[in-house]
Amino acid sequence: MQYELHTPLTREALSVLKAGDTVLISGTVYTARDAAHGRMMELLDAGEPLPFDIRGAAIYYVGPTPERPGQVIGAAGPTTAGRMDKFTPRLLDLGLACMIGKGKRDAAVKASAVKNGAVYLAALGGAGALMAASIRSCEIIAWPDLGCEAVRRLTVEKMPLTVLLDAHGSNLYESGPAAYLQSLSAD
Amino acid sequence: MSIREIQAAAITDAVEQLCIQANRFLPQDIRAAEENAIAAEPWPLARTTLELLRSNLDAAADKELPICQDTGMACVFVELGQDAHITGGTLRDAVDEGVRRGYTKGYLRKSITGDPLKRQNTEDNTPAFLTVDLVPGDGCRITVAPKGAGSENMSRLAMLKPADGVQGVKDFVLETVRLAGSNPCPPIILGVGVGGSFDKCALLAKHALLRPLDKPNSDPYYAALEKELCDAINAMGIGPQGFGGATTCLGVAIEQAPTHVACLPVAVNIGCHVTRRATAEL
Repeated sequence: MQYELHTPLTREALSVLKAGDTVLISGTVYTARDAAHGRMMELLDAGEPLPFDIRGAAIYYVGPTPERPGQVIGAAGPTTAGRMDKFTPRLLDLGLACMIGKGKRDAAVKASAVKNGAVYLAALGGAGALMAASIRSCEIIAWPDLGCEAVRRLTVEKMPLTVLLDAHGSNLYESGPAAYLQSLSAD
Repeated sequence: MSIREIQAAAITDAVEQLCIQANRFLPQDIRAAEENAIAAEPWPLARTTLELLRSNLDAAADKELPICQDTGMACVFVELGQDAHITGGTLRDAVDEGVRRGYTKGYLRKSITGDPLKRQNTEDNTPAFLTVDLVPGDGCRITVAPKGAGSENMSRLAMLKPADGVQGVKDFVLETVRLAGSNPCPPIILGVGVGGSFDKCALLAKHALLRPLDKPNSDPYYAALEKELCDAINAMGIGPQGFGGATTCLGVAIEQAPTHVACLPVAVNIGCHVTRRATAEL
């Protein structure tokens, strides 16, 4: 199935998604990767607010290349999400609704996503030029000293994504290869 | 015997161009392997995914964007003739300046932290990760192979026992790919080092990733092992991006070297579907 989603995201809108579905997401997406996650944890430890409203938000794990003059953003494909696993359940408990990245997540992230009704969506790894095409605006909103790791507010239009982990615990990285292998034995 | 002089500035210019070229255009042998994979892929989601990856290569060329936002560590390999003499600066400085200019002028991402624990970005993607081989002649062959972290992080090395033999090598390679799963952006390319010492084995694996996919190992024994491993990986069903399918690995390249009677090192350096490299001769 293919769904269109608009931010901010609600549990209800996400609950219909199943691992393997495709999603076209439009609205606001925030970028954050390794260093920005570290700083967000420091803010939370100090009782300070995060640089954006995390409730119903989508975070894209990306560190784009610098934009050329006249371009909105450079190449902007996903980074490996598993490096953020250590920080993610805390953000999910605060209302983070959608993670966009690539690669495996740990058991704590999966359990927290189910508990909070959140989803993890795949952008195409290594397809930075293609993923950039659906980004309409890009603005650094926190920690410009982090360079490519600074937090950016992106406006996206129909960004094409695939559901990896749905809110009910299904995982495309398990079901996808299993279905393919099953098709071979059925021949 | 005459000594040929090579200007450091010429090395800088070459490295600058190679950094930009390698990040924007995939080598022809890898593009051809991806085309073959699209034609052969029976699983619809996998075929669609491979077609999107091909569209990305076209989009990068059209919009003068890097293929991937992880424009990598600038791994630079210099094969320097022993009858060549570099003038006007050091090789190290010339290569670093080329990386600095290429990554700035090419709008490439600066992904290097100057210290592994203090984590301060060097802001210009230096230093280059430089490997120099002294070779016969008076030439200078430079290869820039930008290496992304998604695949680099899933690479592994083991000091096997000689009694583990070729089966131990196969098991370790396949286990490495299984553990990596979707993380290294499959379809992957594997560089495998077998033999040498701990450090030389890792370098063999990295060197193996530089070899074009249409050139098997010159030793038929290792060429057969490359094919066997590639087929075994593709039977796992991981598929493009880990979504499932027949195309998990585009090629395996093994480089072997003499080792100690008590050693059997094996190293697996994983490359992603945009394993980049560009070469120039001065």
